[in-house]
Amino acid sequence: MHESSPNELDRTLPNGFGAAAIFAAGIGCFSLGVFTVAGDASKSFARHLIFYTPTGPLSGVTTCAIAIWLLTWVLLSLRWRSRDVPLRQVLTIAFVLLGVSLLLTFPPIIDLF
Amino acid sequence: MEITLRSVLTILHGMGFGALFLLAFSGAFFELVRTWQGITTPSSERPVRIYLLVMVVLSWLTVLSGAYIIYPWYRAIAPPGTADLSAYPQLFLKSHPNTIGWHSFGMEWKEHVAWIAPISITMVTAVYFHYGHQLRNHHALRRAILIFVAIAFFAAAVAGFSGAMINKYAPVQGGHIFHLLHGA
Repeated sequence: MHESSPNELDRTLPNGFGAAAIFAAGIGCFSLGVFTVAGDASKSFARHLIFYTPTGPLSGVTTCAIAIWLLTWVLLSLRWRSRDVPLRQVLTIAFVLLGVSLLLTFPPIIDLF
Repeated sequence: MEITLRSVLTILHGMGFGALFLLAFSGAFFELVRTWQGITTPSSERPVRIYLLVMVVLSWLTVLSGAYIIYPWYRAIAPPGTADLSAYPQLFLKSHPNTIGWHSFGMEWKEHVAWIAPISITMVTAVYFHYGHQLRNHHALRRAILIFVAIAFFAAAVAGFSGAMINKYAPVQGGHIFHLLHGA
């Protein structure tokens, strides 16, 4: 079995990969919230979100959110993975997006739109 | 004693994938914190990676089986003039003021918020795979992924609770009937 040397243990990887993953997750969750509200507020938009008829608009809401999440993740990873990024700003935005997504998927909030 | 195919698959979705995923959170919290305290070594990360990977698979199986197998049965449209709505859970819940909230609040919340769990736990697992024990050198990153684990737990718990209550008031039924025991 491979045993890491002390140098390997001490080496610190750049924070870019983690920042990209966390930021993309925030974007993905936020997209989920936005599509949820948009699908609920507009019947015509909801019809466009029916990717699989038995599941209805939920199929489009979730597929679009997942596509945006994965695309953002790949693009940000390519840009950030080998360097350090200003983590404080990235995490702040990611948590704001996550918080908003929790609000936008909460029915009383959805009904406001 | 009998059980229908739809009931079996609903149980698999909720108690198989979903409940196992929820149960796994305590272990994930424990292992992530242990890793960051420097107790683990690179070689002991392998079980944690497998554990998190199983959680990822369970989370996706839960939401995908829910959205594409169970939910279509839940929201099935009854033919005009149908008096007995017991085979149409959504319509059944909406037909009575005491149960309509389980659809308009419970299902509406569950069907969307649940997807935050697999997105979050997949991200957490990817970050753990990339950094492993080195996460202890990234204080902000490890705090952030612990928060995402907590949010994933919250989302899964909301979905699990709502699903259990909805299935209590308007169970998904139908399909092939399996006879488990013949009456005495």
